[in-house]
Amino acid sequence: MSYVFSQAVNALQLGSIYALVALGYSMVYGIILLLNFAHGDIIMVGAYVTYYAMTSFHLHPLVSVVLAVVMCTLLGVVIEKVAYTPLRSAPRLSLLITAIGVSFLLENGAQLIFGTDTKSMVQEPLISGSLTLGGVSITYAALITIVVSVVSMIALTILVQKTKLGKAMRAVSEDMGAAQLMGISLNRTISFTFAVGSALAGIGSVLHIASYFQASPMMGSMLGLKAFVAAVLGGIGSIPGAMIGGFAIGIVETLVTAAGLSTWKDGVVFAILIVVLLLKPTGILGKKITEKV
Amino acid sequence: MKTNRIHIPMPLRYIINILLTVALWGVLIALIAEGIITNYWSGILVTIGINIILAVSLNVATGYLGQLPLGHAGFMAVGAYAGSIYMKATPLGDLVRSGNTLAGLPYIIVALVLSGVVAGLFGLIIGIPALRLRGDYLAIITLGFGEIIRVVLTNIDSVLGFKFTYGAAGLKQIPKISSFTLVFICVALTCLIIHMVMKSRHGRAILSIRENEIAAESVGINTTYYKVMAFVMSAFFAGIAGCLYAGYLGSLFPSTFKFMKSIEILVMVVLGGMGSMLGSVLSATVLTVISESLRSVGDLRMVFYSLALVLMMIFRPKGLLGSYDFSMSRILEKALGFIFRPAARKEKKKGGAVK
Amino acid sequence: MKKFLAMLLAAVMVLSLVACGGNDNAGNTGDSGDASGDTIKIALIANTTGDNAEYGISVRNGAMLYIDQLNANGGINGKQIQVLEYDDKGDGVEAVNAFNLAMEQGITAVIGSVLTGPTITLADATYEVNMPQISASATAQGVTQIDPDDESAGIRTNVFRSCFIDPFQGQTMAHYAADKLGATTAAILYESGSDYSEGCMNGFVEACEELGIEVVATEAFATGDKDFNAQMTKIAAANPDVVYMPFYYTEAGLAITQGRQAGLTATILGSDGFGSIKDYASAEDLEGTIYGSGYAPGTESVAQFEADYQEAYGEAVPNMFAPLAYDAAMLMCEALKAAEEQGLAAGSDEYKQAVIDAIASMSGVEGITGTYAFDEYNNPEKSVAMIQLQGGEEVFTEFYSFN
Repeated sequence: MSYVFSQAVNALQLGSIYALVALGYSMVYGIILLLNFAHGDIIMVGAYVTYYAMTSFHLHPLVSVVLAVVMCTLLGVVIEKVAYTPLRSAPRLSLLITAIGVSFLLENGAQLIFGTDTKSMVQEPLISGSLTLGGVSITYAALITIVVSVVSMIALTILVQKTKLGKAMRAVSEDMGAAQLMGISLNRTISFTFAVGSALAGIGSVLHIASYFQASPMMGSMLGLKAFVAAVLGGIGSIPGAMIGGFAIGIVETLVTAAGLSTWKDGVVFAILIVVLLLKPTGILGKKITEKV
Repeated sequence: MKTNRIHIPMPLRYIINILLTVALWGVLIALIAEGIITNYWSGILVTIGINIILAVSLNVATGYLGQLPLGHAGFMAVGAYAGSIYMKATPLGDLVRSGNTLAGLPYIIVALVLSGVVAGLFGLIIGIPALRLRGDYLAIITLGFGEIIRVVLTNIDSVLGFKFTYGAAGLKQIPKISSFTLVFICVALTCLIIHMVMKSRHGRAILSIRENEIAAESVGINTTYYKVMAFVMSAFFAGIAGCLYAGYLGSLFPSTFKFMKSIEILVMVVLGGMGSMLGSVLSATVLTVISESLRSVGDLRMVFYSLALVLMMIFRPKGLLGSYDFSMSRILEKALGFIFRPAARKEKKKGGAVK
Repeated sequence: MKKFLAMLLAAVMVLSLVACGGNDNAGNTGDSGDASGDTIKIALIANTTGDNAEYGISVRNGAMLYIDQLNANGGINGKQIQVLEYDDKGDGVEAVNAFNLAMEQGITAVIGSVLTGPTITLADATYEVNMPQISASATAQGVTQIDPDDESAGIRTNVFRSCFIDPFQGQTMAHYAADKLGATTAAILYESGSDYSEGCMNGFVEACEELGIEVVATEAFATGDKDFNAQMTKIAAANPDVVYMPFYYTEAGLAITQGRQAGLTATILGSDGFGSIKDYASAEDLEGTIYGSGYAPGTESVAQFEADYQEAYGEAVPNMFAPLAYDAAMLMCEALKAAEEQGLAAGSDEYKQAVIDAIASMSGVEGITGTYAFDEYNNPEKSVAMIQLQGGEEVFTEFYSFN
């Protein structure tokens, strides 16, 4: 019983991080129909910021966390302004290729600046210790990860549904032209979306380094890919969808491993993606979009 | 439109092009025989040839069809493994080692066709469902497919219970068939076949889908059929490139065919110009040579690639050559016109002056 | 405007191409001294950029340290060693291209490559021309054996290495677990898709069967994974005596930490990839962890090397690849010396064969990582240095060899 409980916690912890990253993907796609491949790499940058703030500058953990989130937000907005804004009216293919380019630029730039070796902050962990619950120990890092990601999703839902900016975001995603005619500033709304998405990536990076205490240049690519699968699975553009997708991927990975098939883990994740896309191309909670002439 | 060109009839055009290709081969092979192109450079030429086939084949799906498959390395891997497993089962290895490659020619042809067909088959399996979806989803599905192929190649032996792909330890002792001449012939045939298809009715249908899918459908083009056709063709040639790659190296490891490999091929196509065969050929050549000469600054190479991708999309989304395609006969026609029809030339000049 | 920018972009690309052509210094960084003197040219092929470049850089530094020292002491027979350095970026095609280029420069031997895949591809090429080759770090069986699954394929007689092979490492750890730790049950976590990890695991499993150790759980992860919670929870639930983890320190650090969190109490056994793991998990979690290494840090035989390395590169010896590369360079140079003394023409077939014979017939050659002799598969026969984690430090305990 305690074994099942432990594995359930593992699944939730893994799923929470996927879900948080998937939220960022989903928001950006929802508004400008762009698969922001660089999203995973923003997390990598956030992890390095946390690492250097803690180990080189010996800042307070809380200050480091805030700094990481702020840096990620700024980076996201800068990427949007420099790389994506000039292409707003370009074909989708160009936008997609640009996103891939930005992603590789961040990865290889990080390799150049920070070196190829993995940085470890195990000696000064962000969160340490664990809680024993009925014979099963749960690390505080796992608990905080799960709580923070659920809170983030609720906050994001309120932001999108209740606030004025949220309404603007929804309007832009419905019809960019009409939204503009109604007096909504397109640039501001899109930048704001990127800022929120990247801030989520920043939170994700902090949670990631709290759980896994390492930073390396390529850490974002597989994480980004899996989170992206989660976003598509849940229905890209949908906030609860991203959450469901993230947890689903976490649970599937843990189940496959628990079943003794750990070598096939990644294969199963991508196979599920393909099957879902074929049966329900818009994902579990996605809206049906018909293309108009 | 009045033109100062002299029209060269169709069969003659092909003959001219074939002669030029053969002449190029003759020059290169002579240079190799004379030792002016050294062993090192002929190795680079083989690498260039393989990259050209990869870039030209991806260009069919990306440039002509306007889709973005991100799993080209997956098709390459399938072709490489299919061809290699077949070649290992034949006496080709002994023939190549004893220098009697010519006697092994039937096996080589079968291996190349087999690797193309198997890769094409995978293209069909992936393409039929994937191409019904919109562009972004195609990218995701092919990306997923590329990853699955790698996982399968690594782990299939433990399921089958016998040695098939040899997993992570790598498939070894593959006959080294990829001589310069073989690769050259494959490159020429690939370009020729793709060129002929693209100039045909089918090719125009594929291009019309890129321009406007809904409009193409409304004039009666079976878009799904043509999308799948282009996709399978793209996979077919990627498979052949994979087989040549295996035949050049002599050993295969699943980790070669990572997502990164797909991106490298994509960079070649995008920089050269999506929809331009000449662009793909040139950028595959230039990028291979650059990466060879960038040994000392290897880390910067990838930064340069990715920066080039972003800048290219922002400032010249169609690539360096756009969709311009090189045609020897067109140049010849113009040259002939220039020599033999001075009248037409004058007329044109006058027209220009009035304007 | 756009057109202008496009032109600018094109110009930049062309310029960079030209610039790159300009500083195309593929090689020629060795201490050739004056070109007038007679030199012996050898190629050093290592992945000094790209993924896993840290290993390639260590190999280069270690090998260059030996050769610089040798040259400073007058070289071989009064001839200086000129090293042509090449970066293969961990890619087989690049390694073969580099080798072809080196051949044109008239090399007489090859040191390299570093990662297993490119080294096997490179070995195929060197075998064709019988060029002596030694690798400091390629541990797969397939480097010296043409096809490990097919004994009749024979071995590449020209290829040697200064490190252990993968299955041998696994066997050693299994024997050590049975002999010294009295283990009766074991669990394994390995990296699927890495032939290094799978090779070690196969050797371990084989030896466990012989020794009667029961393998209670075998789990895998994919390259790049950071989350091993599910695997470690499963392993912890199986409650083995020892857990064998044949992979590198970054993942191992995570796996051990997560395993301890899941309540794992077993002793962790590692492979030679564990070097410098002390920075990647906490001292408490690591306490008692044992791994077999090709090199015993802090012992007498390497003290001089460690000091020299510190002085030459301004950093401590980062991992075992540097000392192994130092030995690889030493072995190759000893063999070159044997060929030179016979007065053969450099680069001739007899010369190459003499170098190969010299390495193959070596016995009792003292390196800094052990005493070298080669078995029928051209693998070194030397004992494994066991390293134990004690209070957050990696401490050499003993040289161990089974049978």
